[in-house]
Amino acid sequence: MNSSYINNMSLAFWAVSPVFLYNMVYSPNSPFLLYLILVPLVGALALFLIPSESIQLIKVVALNVSLFTYIASLFLWIGFDASSPNFQYLYQADWMPYGNLYFTLGIDGISLFFIILSTLLVPICIMLGWSSITIYIREYMVALLILDAMMIAVFSTLDLLLFYVCFEAVLIPMFVIIGVWGSRARRIRAAYQFFLYTFFGSVLMLLAILMMYFQAGTTDLQILLTTEFSTQRQILYFLAFFASFAAKVPMIPVHIWLPEAHVEAPTAGSVLLAGIMLKLGTYGFLRFSMPLFPEATLYFTPFIYTLSCIAVIYASLTTVRQVDLKKIIAYSSVAHMGVVMLGLFSLNAQGVEGSILLMLGHGLVSPGLFMCVGVLYDRYKTRLVKYYGGVVHTMPLFATIFLLFTMGNIGLPGTSNFVGEFLVLTGCYQTNTLIAALGATGMVLGGAYSLWLYNRVVYGFPKPHYINTYADINRREFFMFVPLIIGTLWMGIYPEVFLHDMHVSVANVIQHGSY
Amino acid sequence: MYLSLVFLPLFGSLTCLGFGRYLGFRGAVLVTTMCTGSAFLMSLVAFYEVALCGSPVNVELAPWFVSELFDAYWGFMYDTLTAVMLVVVTSVSTLVHIYSSSYMDGDPHLPRFMSYLSLFTFFMLMLVTGDNFLQLFLGWEGVGLASFLLINFWYTRLGANKSAVKAMLMNRVGDFGLALGIMGVFLVFKTVDYTTVFALAPYFQDTSFIFLGFEVPLLTTICILLFIGSVGKSAQLGLHTWLPDAMEGPTPVSALIHAATMVTAGVFLVARCSPIFEYAPGALAVVTCVGAMTAFFAASTGLVQNDLKRVIAYSTCSQLGYMVFACGLSNYNVGVFHLANHAFFKALLFLGAGCVIHAVNNEQDMRKMGGLVQVLPFTYAMMTIGSLALVGFPFLTGFYSKDAILEVAYARYSMSAEFAYILGCASALCTSYYSFRLLVVTFLGPCNMHKSSMSGIHEAPLLMSLPLVLLAFGSIFVGYMCKDMFIGVGTQFWGTALYSLPSNTLLVESEYIPQDIKMIPLALTGLGAVLAYTLNYSNVASSYTFTTSYYGRMLYTFLNKRWLFDKVYNDVFGKNALSFGYNVSFKSVDKGVLEMLGPYGLVVMFKNLSGQFKSLQTGYVYHYAFVMLIGLTFMLALVGLWDVVSVYVDNRLYFIHLVTYLIIQATAGEA
Repeated sequence: MNSSYINNMSLAFWAVSPVFLYNMVYSPNSPFLLYLILVPLVGALALFLIPSESIQLIKVVALNVSLFTYIASLFLWIGFDASSPNFQYLYQADWMPYGNLYFTLGIDGISLFFIILSTLLVPICIMLGWSSITIYIREYMVALLILDAMMIAVFSTLDLLLFYVCFEAVLIPMFVIIGVWGSRARRIRAAYQFFLYTFFGSVLMLLAILMMYFQAGTTDLQILLTTEFSTQRQILYFLAFFASFAAKVPMIPVHIWLPEAHVEAPTAGSVLLAGIMLKLGTYGFLRFSMPLFPEATLYFTPFIYTLSCIAVIYASLTTVRQVDLKKIIAYSSVAHMGVVMLGLFSLNAQGVEGSILLMLGHGLVSPGLFMCVGVLYDRYKTRLVKYYGGVVHTMPLFATIFLLFTMGNIGLPGTSNFVGEFLVLTGCYQTNTLIAALGATGMVLGGAYSLWLYNRVVYGFPKPHYINTYADINRREFFMFVPLIIGTLWMGIYPEVFLHDMHVSVANVIQHGSY
Repeated sequence: MYLSLVFLPLFGSLTCLGFGRYLGFRGAVLVTTMCTGSAFLMSLVAFYEVALCGSPVNVELAPWFVSELFDAYWGFMYDTLTAVMLVVVTSVSTLVHIYSSSYMDGDPHLPRFMSYLSLFTFFMLMLVTGDNFLQLFLGWEGVGLASFLLINFWYTRLGANKSAVKAMLMNRVGDFGLALGIMGVFLVFKTVDYTTVFALAPYFQDTSFIFLGFEVPLLTTICILLFIGSVGKSAQLGLHTWLPDAMEGPTPVSALIHAATMVTAGVFLVARCSPIFEYAPGALAVVTCVGAMTAFFAASTGLVQNDLKRVIAYSTCSQLGYMVFACGLSNYNVGVFHLANHAFFKALLFLGAGCVIHAVNNEQDMRKMGGLVQVLPFTYAMMTIGSLALVGFPFLTGFYSKDAILEVAYARYSMSAEFAYILGCASALCTSYYSFRLLVVTFLGPCNMHKSSMSGIHEAPLLMSLPLVLLAFGSIFVGYMCKDMFIGVGTQFWGTALYSLPSNTLLVESEYIPQDIKMIPLALTGLGAVLAYTLNYSNVASSYTFTTSYYGRMLYTFLNKRWLFDKVYNDVFGKNALSFGYNVSFKSVDKGVLEMLGPYGLVVMFKNLSGQFKSLQTGYVYHYAFVMLIGLTFMLALVGLWDVVSVYVDNRLYFIHLVTYLIIQATAGEA
């Protein structure tokens, strides 16, 4: 099948897509969220119908489907009512009605942006694999599309059991992505570690969910929010949920899967891990642990503060001594997620909104950095810092983009991370100045490792005996970076757009957690 | 106009960055210079309207981020202080743009350089025009970024790389304090807007709050935190080490960023926050002492530096100390006056030094120069004007502000002021010595140059000379013309921009201190000049004898190694943090304990366990029967003897067991 034919087909697809969109969005009582989950799944099914020889067609179809999902998800935002504290786009279907279990979907101002972030990152991941993935191309695209659907589902579900199912379902495509398309033989070990760490905690979460189900008779979040659990039970539940979410965040004693998984994963895997997976943990805390178990939240706040401060300082100091480009960024993610946790458990509007913004910002900056590493890796097949140097001489455009994301990582004002970090620390400062001060050391230490990395890789003399082919980023890579750059700057300069839509929802969460 | 004067440099910068290769060198220079130049003209208009006519302007653009009570706006405020800073920043910036177009001529990255300069100007303007702390912070970090990029402009030089990282990191230590200060401001005042905060400050005069677990006076703590930011940016003692190293950057950068504008941001911050500082006497004392110590430390270090630019860098550091302690003595107008004056003569000195370096083929070591007066008379004249203005030669610019600072310090009757006065006078001596030493060694002394440096020597071209001439006029006349307006007794110039408590106003007292005392700084300056001439020109032998004597060598090494600050920082903080990051947090914790308890340990444990279980699977029936029998016996025993066993199983009784055991042991010992 020649490429002009494929192009015409995609054009035709985009020509008729408004019809689909219109039906999805504007027909009365349309289960928009369900459609949104189904679109990538249907796309994945369609890919199986295409013979695996027609690679170009597979890629184009996958990209178009994921882009369509992204654009459709933007309509969620357009139709979103920022002034309502209720969950919106509600959809309920029978799942196991004899067990009082329903398939409930709905979003509020918090999950909205995570859905959009997920749908934004998937097309980028598909483009990342455009030429660097050479084996099992169709399966790669299928895995990404299923992941897309699962991520939308996990952020939009309002049922605990369903959440658990999706939470685990996300693991499987990711496990496959790391295990199959990773770079070295060690990837198998990394995939196992990733799977086991997250799975071990989830088992406890399942037990807690069952216990809650036996007490309240339902796992519907909206009903559970009105249920009052005894303090003892709350503490138990909180610990069980904590076991699951903490591994995902990751918090300090259970974080070692992250550097391992990041290093072994293909670039797309790292992008999704850093961009979405880590947020599942913090999102879980925000959506479930905090409003459902308010007393336990207060009870465990000092504990979480301690772990997070250790994360910020330990992980930052560890980062400075890493030699692997991906490990540096992975460890810096641990530090940043520590800051996010600080914000969540400051339990005030600034802290929580800041940490949501920081999650979103980190979901743009960290993938950006991983993509920068991916660009280097695709060219030179090494990730060790010592082989690089003077990249700016031959890749000025890359150097500029890398600088932008590095500054984002440091949290320079004008980038997304600054707004998040500053709000988080402000929120923390109001509850505990010591914790805020310890958390703020991340500003200095973060500067240390980011600048060190940038300086080593980009500045200085080129090392021609290691690196002797030169090519700046190409057009495909450039357009992968563009949305992330725009997002980073937009959230840095005018984050009001995002904050405005989450005020009410955040107030809702905090109000559940306070007395 | 008020907005475009801020955003024009940004426009120039982005145009140059994005389309530099289409614009070409001349185009890039033209665009950026025109943008900055227009910003300068607008600043003059703004100065006329705001400062001279006394009509402050506020522009509220849009919300930046609003979260519950926290509201940061994109807002711009133009009062007298801002207007003064605007004129200083844009004028020096325009001149440096013009100068750079010739100084950097032939550099393949000229458009990038011009773009960075404009970017810096933009962030500096954001810093001075912001109407809230957050926007100040944006400018604050933005100039840090611009400084990083500009120091790193020649990125193949390892020295430049290291200095750039050092500059940004040391600054971030300061920013850490500043951020905590801003959060403190929000904690107390529930806003980061200047006007609200300043209006509310008096009501919190004697309150305290819990900071880091201690109950501390509120305003003093916040002010000290804000001042830590100033310490970083204005290179005050403790976080100053980046400034001399920043001289690795191109010379116009040193002139613009590391002398005239960026480093004065810290002084600007203190002056801007004067309504809070005034109610925090403890913080003011700290500011005074740190400023005075910086002035003396830097001046003494400058005495024995041999790098042309480093001498001027330490001089900058020292002058910043003067400004800071002037602010610490509640005489913010004197501090800002010195800031403005200093911008002119220090830019002149740096650009003059740039001419010298340009002429002698990028040689910076003064010892390898000498006798340049015969080939570079114009540059010599400019450098002399700059140096005379710097040391406070009567009726030149520096004289009016520097002497005012020392007089104010003398007039205040307090411990910190006395401390500042003594150190300030000592610094005046040092200032004069190193300034004249620079002139003597570089221009007058015997020629000591390589032939290669000498062969291409030439006087600066027109585009480089023109800014020098203009700055020289500034260095001669600005002080004389502006003195009464800035620091005259009863001047209405500042309006509400600067605030000092009536009891802290010292300008009248300083007019009436004895004439002999007023002459002391001048006498010290003269002495310094004579010493410099003697020790470096007419009687070199004696200085040589002194520096080779035992104590002389110790003193010389101590000063030349900059009081060993860098060594202490590297050995104590740098090395330990890095070794912690590898040995403790990575090797022992991540790859040690957590790996053993986690994946690696589990794998080994399961392997061992399965090995042991495997050995049970012998295939003989009687083995299995034996295991079953043992299990059954154990089970039955447990059930049958539960009354006995339960005592040991109930974990609440462990404590009693323990105590009983100890008692039995104890009694057994007695028996």
